[in-house]
Amino acid sequence: MNIATIEVNNLAKRFKNALAVNNISFKINKGTIIGLLGPNGCGKSTTIGMMLGLIKPTSGTVVINGQNIENNRTSLLEKMNFISPYIELPKKLTVEENLKVYGRLYGVKNLEGKISEIMEKLNLTEFKKRKTGELSSGQKNRVSLAKALVNDPEILFLDEPTASLDPDVGDNIRTFIEDFASKKGATILLASHNMNEVERLCHEVMMMKDGKIIDKGKSSDLINKHGRKNLEEVFLKIVRE
Amino acid sequence: MKFHRIYALSLRHLYVIRSSLPRILDLIYWPTIQIVLWGFISKFFATHSDFYNHTVGVILSAAILYDFLFRSSISFNMLFLEEIWSRNFTNLFVSPLKISEIITALTATALLRTLIGIIPAILLAAPFFGVSIFNLGPSLILLFLSLYLFGITLGLLVTSGLLRYGPAFENVAWSSLFLLAPLGCVYYPLSILPDWLQILAKGLPLVYIFEEVRSILLNNVVNYSNILSALILNLIYFTSAVGVFYLAFSGARKRGTLINVGE
Repeated sequence: MNIATIEVNNLAKRFKNALAVNNISFKINKGTIIGLLGPNGCGKSTTIGMMLGLIKPTSGTVVINGQNIENNRTSLLEKMNFISPYIELPKKLTVEENLKVYGRLYGVKNLEGKISEIMEKLNLTEFKKRKTGELSSGQKNRVSLAKALVNDPEILFLDEPTASLDPDVGDNIRTFIEDFASKKGATILLASHNMNEVERLCHEVMMMKDGKIIDKGKSSDLINKHGRKNLEEVFLKIVRE
Repeated sequence: MKFHRIYALSLRHLYVIRSSLPRILDLIYWPTIQIVLWGFISKFFATHSDFYNHTVGVILSAAILYDFLFRSSISFNMLFLEEIWSRNFTNLFVSPLKISEIITALTATALLRTLIGIIPAILLAAPFFGVSIFNLGPSLILLFLSLYLFGITLGLLVTSGLLRYGPAFENVAWSSLFLLAPLGCVYYPLSILPDWLQILAKGLPLVYIFEEVRSILLNNVVNYSNILSALILNLIYFTSAVGVFYLAFSGARKRGTLINVGE
């Protein structure tokens, strides 16, 4: 039997007159990678924000490992992490300093060893004494990913993890995420506009539009169901309908 | 509260201070300029006015203490703004950091930042102008504590505004203390103010602190009721400011502004 790590129940968020998320419900099983797709402004970031306890829902609940995020924010966040291209790490700190700060924030044991291991896996060792602000966008992206993995999260939220990266770096990151998910059994929610990435990484996909989840399933099932050649065509069909 | 999280956030700011000599010089520069300027103004008054004969030390001591207050408040604001400017804000709020831990870490780091700036200025005042802040005696510790509490209180209120209104509130961060300075009676006695303003001023701990400084330096009398009044007012304001900060955080969660705060 699959164990639901995340249960979202009748979740809604209203900002003044706009209903950003409209009564959505879904479950994510432990160890699965779920893609959250949808056009800009469809409510993906708001949904992720509520799942991370950053945004207070207007109604509904987010239950993680059996605990409501609203009442157990600190203890749940210890086991979670998040990256987004819209947030950055302090530019004046070196790569190593940033990882030390976040490692301590998450109470990571044997931090020095953990940092060395992550930096090695993400090919960051040669940059460890460089200030984060001096790195290229691809290198910064890897540092953000290293920060997101420093606490060995059980649940990882990835918001466009390969946005603005060249194909080679993007591919390396995807391989790393696949590897991490399979070895650690982590649950991952991936929001992305890169349909190839979603097809490759995700066990299931949820399509959002106007604050609602309008379709969900395996990529192959969605492609067949909508009679299209690939997920990108499915996305375009749903968005333009 | 967990020490490792408080230490981590403090460490993040210590790394920034440590990594940049210009930043350390900038911390020292303004308090030093302030003290030198007030030192010469005091010296001029002392030379050209009988009234100020005994007050060189008073004005300069008040300038040092006011600068300590100013730096502590600005330091708290700066540490918070640093997170907004570096777009690191959301990273902190998706970590297990509690609000109480953020306040504790920023309060501790702001003290260090303030001391880096003010200690050279205090040390300069003695050889250059013959004024030592330590003439205030053991009460100095309580006066510093009161000023620091008030500085942090203002810092908490300004950062609550930053949480509520976003980076647009930044200008208030710089001007908050200037707004209160005229009422604080830093360089003149409370009796100078019109009666109706005196009533308002008595609601500020600054009045009791600086009245006490003058009392000690001019009359050599320590009036503990002034010190106690300042501390009580500070505790009330500080507790209220912590409450305001929690409300601002809760409001920011409702409005969804924690997810993308940046320049």
